[in-house]
Amino acid sequence: MPSLSRTFGKLPVHVILIGLCLLWLIPTIGLLVTSIRPFQDVTSTGWWTVNAPPTGQASYQTSCSSCHGSDGKAIAAADLTDPNLIQKYRRSTSLLALLKKDINGQPHMGTLTVPDQQTLADIATYTRRISGIDAHPTFTINNYIDAMVGYRGTTNYVTDCAAGTESSDLHCDASDLQNSRGMAEAFVNTLVVAVPSTILPIIFAAFAAYAMSWMHFRGRFALFAVLVALQIVPLQMTLIPISKLYAQIGLNGTFLGIWLFHTGFGLPYAIYLTRNFLGGLPNELFEAAYMDGANHWTVFWRMALPLSVPALASLAIFQFLWIWNDLLVALVFLGAQHPVLTYQISTLVSSLGAGWQLLTAAAFISMILPMLVFFSMQRYFVRGLLAGSVKG
Amino acid sequence: MSVPQAKPTAAQKQQRPVADIPQIMRQGRFTPWLYLAPALIVMVIFIVYPTINTLFLSFRNIDGSDWATASCAAGQPCWGVLENFRYALTSDIMLQSFGNNLVWILLMVSGCVLFGLLIALLANQVKYEAIAKSIIFLPMAISFVGAGVIWKFVYDFNPNGQQIGVLNALVVALGGHPVSWLTTPQVNTIALIVVGVWMSTGFCMTITSAAIKNVPADILEAANVDGANPFQTFFNVTLPTISPTLIVVTTTMIINVLKIFDIVYIMTGGNYGTEVIANRMYKEQYQTFNTGRAAAIAVVLIIVVLPAMWINIRRFRSESGAR
Repeated sequence: MPSLSRTFGKLPVHVILIGLCLLWLIPTIGLLVTSIRPFQDVTSTGWWTVNAPPTGQASYQTSCSSCHGSDGKAIAAADLTDPNLIQKYRRSTSLLALLKKDINGQPHMGTLTVPDQQTLADIATYTRRISGIDAHPTFTINNYIDAMVGYRGTTNYVTDCAAGTESSDLHCDASDLQNSRGMAEAFVNTLVVAVPSTILPIIFAAFAAYAMSWMHFRGRFALFAVLVALQIVPLQMTLIPISKLYAQIGLNGTFLGIWLFHTGFGLPYAIYLTRNFLGGLPNELFEAAYMDGANHWTVFWRMALPLSVPALASLAIFQFLWIWNDLLVALVFLGAQHPVLTYQISTLVSSLGAGWQLLTAAAFISMILPMLVFFSMQRYFVRGLLAGSVKG
Repeated sequence: MSVPQAKPTAAQKQQRPVADIPQIMRQGRFTPWLYLAPALIVMVIFIVYPTINTLFLSFRNIDGSDWATASCAAGQPCWGVLENFRYALTSDIMLQSFGNNLVWILLMVSGCVLFGLLIALLANQVKYEAIAKSIIFLPMAISFVGAGVIWKFVYDFNPNGQQIGVLNALVVALGGHPVSWLTTPQVNTIALIVVGVWMSTGFCMTITSAAIKNVPADILEAANVDGANPFQTFFNVTLPTISPTLIVVTTTMIINVLKIFDIVYIMTGGNYGTEVIANRMYKEQYQTFNTGRAAAIAVVLIIVVLPAMWINIRRFRSESGAR
C-alpha cells in the first residue's frame, strides 16, 4: 500500500514538527491560562494543573468521606459545608487537634490513621473551599479588570469595590479606566503613539520615493546611496542628542516628540522599500499617463500611490508592530508621563515580583492587537519581510 | 527572493534607471525637492545630526561640558580625549558585555537559523504547513516585553514547595532540584537566549522557506531521477541554492543580536552577569547620567554592527539589481 508507506515514511517529520510547534506554543498557553485563573490558585498550583481536581479533594475522599460523605453533608451535626463550623478548623493544627480528640469515647477517625501535616493542610484547603469561606471559580476575568484599572490590592477590584475598601486612586466607576497605572489608559496611549508614527513616515516616504524614482534631478543616485547608508545607524546612536534637544525645547514626554522620532527613524527603510517598489513599475505606464496630459502630482496621487498600496500596507504593518512593541524609545521619550503598554508592563515586572495573575493579564492585553493584525494580514507581513529586512 | 542570476555590470546598473524615466516627464528644477523636503528635513534632524553629535559627545566628559581628558584621575591610566573609549573597551562591565554579546551571537544566531531551516524544510512536506508556520511565527508579533513576561513565568523559581514555573516543575518531576534560572550566572544568559530564539526563529523560517520554495523543481526532479536520497538532495541541491539567503538571514540576525536590549532589560536588568552592550549604554545614559560614556558605547556599537550591515546592504542591492 503506497499511501500507508508514505504516511509512515513521513512519521518522523510529523513528530518533530508537531513537537516543535507544541514547544513554541506552551509558554504562551501558560500565560493565557494563568491570566484567567483566580489569584488564589495562580501562586499555589501550576497552570497545567488547572483541570486537576481541587487541592485536598483526593485526601478528603480517603480520610473523611466514609463518614462525612463525598459532599461533606452526611453527618448533620458536623456539616462540613457549614462555614461557621469550618471557620474553627481553618488550619491543619486546629484540624489535627480535633482529629486526635475522641468523639463519644471513640477515636474521631475510627480505625483510619490520622493523616500527616501536609495532607491535613490540603484537607483544610478543601473544606474551606466547599464550605464557601474560600470559594473561587476555576476561571475568572477579574485579572483583566484589575489590569485594566491598575488595581494593586491584595484581592481584586470587584471584591474591593463591593466592600468599599478600594484604594484612594480608584473610584469604582468608569473613570477608573483612565487610571494612569491601568492598562486601559496605556492601551489608548499606545494607539495614540502608534497611528501617527505609522502614517507620517509612510506619507513622507511615498513622496520622497516617487521623486527618487520618477523625477530628474542631479544627485539622485548619491542621495539614494546616502539613504541606504542611513539604515546602518542604530537607534542607540540617536537617543542621547535627541533627548537633550527635546529637553531644551520641551518635547520630552510629549506625543509630538515621539511621533517625530519614530518618523525620522522609520524613514530610511520606508523610502528604500517604497523606492524599490515604485522604481519597478513599468515606465510605459507613466509615459502613457503623461501623454494623456497628467502632471507629476496627478500621476503620483492618482496612479503611483494606489498602485503601491500592497507595498505600503506591508510597510505600515511593520512600522505599526515595531512601534507598538517598542520599549526603548517609549522609555526614553515618554516615560511615566504617557505610559504605553510596554512601559506599564516593565514597571509591573519590577514593582511586584509575584503578581503573576496581573502580569499575565497585562501582557495579554498588550498582545491582543498585534496578534489580530498579524493573523488578519499575515500575507502582507510575510511579503514585507521578504522585501527587505535591514530595518533595526 | 529571486535565485541569483548573472549580475549586471556596474555600468549597466548606473545607466538603466536614468534611461527609465521618460523624457516627457522632465519637470522643473525645484519640484523634486518639494517632494523630498519633508523626508530629508526629518532625517537630517533625527538621524544625521544626532549621529554626528553622538560621535562628538563620545570625546566629551560626563555631561559634555569639556573634553573627556578632564575625567581622567591622577595616577590612573588615561586615554586622553579617548578616555570614554577606555571605559567602553576595557572596563570589566563592558568586557562582560562583549563576552555576553558574543555568546548571544553564537547561540541565538545559530539557534534561529538552524531551527528556522529545520522547520521550513519539515513544514514544506506537510499539509498543515500554514498552521505550523503561523505558530512558529506568532512570537514575532509579540513585544520583547510580552515575551519577557511569558518566559519569566516559565522560569519561575520557588526554593521549596510547589513549582509554578513549567521548567522547574519538569526538573522536579524528573527528580532534580529546582534551579533559579535567571540569577545563576552562565545559566541565565542561556535562559535569555532561549527567549530570543523563541522570538526570532519565525523570521529566519519565513525567509528560508521562501528560498526553499524557489529551488527550481526540475533540478529537484533530476536529483530524484538520479536516485539521490533526501539528505543528498538537501546537501547537494537545496543547500547550495539557498545559501545566499542563509547568509542574509545570518547577517541580519547578527545585527539584531548586537543591539539586543529589551529581553535583558525586562528579565534581569543586566544583573547577575547578563549585561549586554545596548543595556549598558541605556544604563550609562539614564541611570548614571554619563553622556560621554553612553555615547562612546553607542559608537562602539555602530562599529561592531557596521561589517554585518555592509554585507547585508550589498547583498540586497545586488539582488534588486538582478530583478
